[in-house]
Amino acid sequence: MVGKGAMSNSIEELAGSKFLLVIGSNTTETHPVISLRMKKAVRNGAKLVVVDPRKIELTRWATRHIQPKIGTDIAFLNAMCHVIVKEGLHNREYIENRTEGFEALREHLEMYTPEYAETICGVPAQMIVDTAREYASASPKAAVCYTLGITEHSCGSHNVQAVANLAMLCGNFGQENAGVNPLRGQNNVQGASDMGALPTDLPGYQKVERPGVLEKFEAAWGVKLPRRRGLTKITALDQMVRGRMKAAYIMGENTVVSDAHASHSKRALEACDFVVVQDIFLTDTAKLADVVLPAASFAETDGTFSNSERRVQRVRKAVEPPGEALEDWRILLDLFEAMGVPQSLTSASEIWDEIASVAPILAGISYERLDKEGGLQWPCPTADHPGTQYLHKEEFESGKGVPGFFAPVDHIPPAEEPDEEYPLVLTTGRRRSTYHTGTQTGRATGFELLVPHEWAEISPQDAAELGVEDEEIIRVSTRRGTVEVHARVTDMSPRGTIFMSFAFPDETMTNVLTSDSYDFITETPEFKACAVKVEKLAASKAGSPAAD
Amino acid sequence: MTTNTVSPPTTDSLVEVNGIGVPYREGERVLGALREAGFEVPTLCYESRLDPQGTCRMCLVDVEVDGRLEQVASCTAFQQPGMKVTTHADDIRDYRRTILEMLLSETGPQSGCPKCQSFGTCEFHTAVDEYEALPGRFGKLPEREKAPDPNPFIQRDYDYCIACYRCTAVCNDWEMAGAITLDGRSQSTKIFSFFDNELLKSPCTFCGQCINTCPTGALTDRKVVGKTSADKLERTKTICPYCGVGCGIQLLTQDGELMGTEPDFDAPSQGSLCVKGQFGSWDFVKSEERLRHPLIRKDGVLQPASWEEALGLVASRFKSVMETDGPDAIVCWASARCTSESNYLMQKFARVAIGTNNIDNCSRT
Repeated sequence: MVGKGAMSNSIEELAGSKFLLVIGSNTTETHPVISLRMKKAVRNGAKLVVVDPRKIELTRWATRHIQPKIGTDIAFLNAMCHVIVKEGLHNREYIENRTEGFEALREHLEMYTPEYAETICGVPAQMIVDTAREYASASPKAAVCYTLGITEHSCGSHNVQAVANLAMLCGNFGQENAGVNPLRGQNNVQGASDMGALPTDLPGYQKVERPGVLEKFEAAWGVKLPRRRGLTKITALDQMVRGRMKAAYIMGENTVVSDAHASHSKRALEACDFVVVQDIFLTDTAKLADVVLPAASFAETDGTFSNSERRVQRVRKAVEPPGEALEDWRILLDLFEAMGVPQSLTSASEIWDEIASVAPILAGISYERLDKEGGLQWPCPTADHPGTQYLHKEEFESGKGVPGFFAPVDHIPPAEEPDEEYPLVLTTGRRRSTYHTGTQTGRATGFELLVPHEWAEISPQDAAELGVEDEEIIRVSTRRGTVEVHARVTDMSPRGTIFMSFAFPDETMTNVLTSDSYDFITETPEFKACAVKVEKLAASKAGSPAAD
Repeated sequence: MTTNTVSPPTTDSLVEVNGIGVPYREGERVLGALREAGFEVPTLCYESRLDPQGTCRMCLVDVEVDGRLEQVASCTAFQQPGMKVTTHADDIRDYRRTILEMLLSETGPQSGCPKCQSFGTCEFHTAVDEYEALPGRFGKLPEREKAPDPNPFIQRDYDYCIACYRCTAVCNDWEMAGAITLDGRSQSTKIFSFFDNELLKSPCTFCGQCINTCPTGALTDRKVVGKTSADKLERTKTICPYCGVGCGIQLLTQDGELMGTEPDFDAPSQGSLCVKGQFGSWDFVKSEERLRHPLIRKDGVLQPASWEEALGLVASRFKSVMETDGPDAIVCWASARCTSESNYLMQKFARVAIGTNNIDNCSRT
């Protein structure tokens, strides 16, 4: 493993890569503007290998489409590594100078022959061999891009390690047009983590439990800080159900719709004594709150967002918030005061200055520079530092002089695999014109013509077997719940797999279906695989408006 | 790194533009040199992100190299060391005016141009004004109709099309969507989408790049056009509120009200947007369903309350949990949707005001 949860390289660099491995990322739908750089790379002569069980739109530009069975990425990636090592295509000098653990990995990879991997992931062995050779020969200008198709599995963190192993074998870290690039899902998911909104990290990825860190923040903030690392969201929800978590303060998050196994999230918040929700709409989560605080939207506040490539960019207030709504930061400052801990901060710019003073990776960034120079990419340690286009140029970021570690990982099947009762796999994701839980795109006029309602995308073969027609309302059930939804018969879905988004919660609460399993390291839920059954509605109910 | 970056000068040679010397840059076009020298010429077919087409001939300039005199399209001609460029000689100005007057004879009245009226970004009519081009010099072609296309986002008004082909170039070579193409020849050339000419049934993803590159009122944002007046419109540069790409946008406001979005071409995203950023990033802000007052649950129902009452209640309940169950019985969730400044304060609130590391965000979900 190396470094931090961010793209190692920059978006623009993808256009200059010679080889792009896009795995578990429906880029044209979820990051349309990044997909432009991928298409440009192909025009420039690059190879684009799309690894996705679904025939996603990006495959139209791909030089090869690989369709593994859902949740078998590790077998595929390990077999690629196997081929590279076996054929001597790895970068010996790089491995020698900048990594540790290669011998253990080499031994571990022995068993992952392409033929063995084929039995797990269903990808023809020769396709694995060809892809491995192409990746190695394009290195060090070979980039991997992934999104939640890698992380939203119960083996998500191991998937990421398998990707990192591949990149390190061929020396693709610390090189332009290369690297490992998780494309982050939300506008400021990068910033939220950069700011230390994590149970284990203070601002700038400074670990709560690392000696000296708390002392530094205690000096900066002038208070004694809690020693014990905090609870992740998933664990906190569990603690609510058990009655141990008494109060929750939720800012800008529609937990009961967006989280997996929705009925569990709802039960948890109902069990919590006191819930405060701060949002711009009365979301399903806000409806469960004891106090709702009205917040300003992005158009009504000053601040910054950090994008996927670690670029801090200015958000500027264009209009006043409605009614008595206030900027999130203003509400928080008022609440500090109400708690008897007043802060001497009065503007977004002053808050940023405090951030820069405690987080060394952001120390060189100021509003003045952002206004003058546009966005800046961290690490940006000093006021004269230009920002960092790609990471690991000199060494891996996990510590000065500390090399990247090869971490051998094994195939772990999804927690719930199809069986006789629930014979299909449901995988979830987004569509281009419907974003997340639909609180924003659902209120944008015209968008209803692009995607009118939720669709369960089902393969023509499965549809034929079930006697399901396009747009027919069907029932989709898992062990956790049932929804009714319009079928969309499409060859984008491979046989045995159906796909749904979660953007129409009023009609189709997709996340009542999803799995309650999660990655045991990151606690990221397994949104990408659970076992489902699809049924035709009884004749009398067919065409009922239940799901529309 | 971006396509707009100019290459560094490789020699001491200069290019002289109207008497002003700028560094010669190998491989760069004449247009770059004249802009660097501070001069501007109309560039109706030029899209800076793509290879130049050189078809509109508006950027024609006089150049002199080694005593040879030439007229070249500055968007396509390469700089040469020691080149002398004259941008606004009388005959070139007349030539540009003639082209503009020919285009005026093919297009609708300037007073009705949707881009002039609603956005103020019409390059064609800006050039018409600058060169004092007048309608009527050439016989007026019959009016052309608006495309009968029911899509909610893109208005296509053929009567303002000057056949510059920027929109098809952007659609095919920048977006690689391949939704629009050319139909017909010469004066009957039309921008066209396949089969029945409806964008909703084409590969169009409604990224809106065509309306933003269009130098006239032929392509405009249907959600905005007719609702704004160019002289009152203000623009605020900010970042799209949707995914993690972080494309630069400009919010359009008029009298303190949000009216629409345009891309920010100066941002690292180089003016690219998708349908969400272009057409869906502002009207949710104006929704009637926005929360306008704090709410407190009383008798099981959420009821309006003052800020003082709401914040007082939150503080007292948090404090009482801290006393009876300890700070770790409270959890705070920050948001990938909110600014970094708000996220910073949220984690500081958890750690400093409450005294717990129970702070998380949705990056894992």
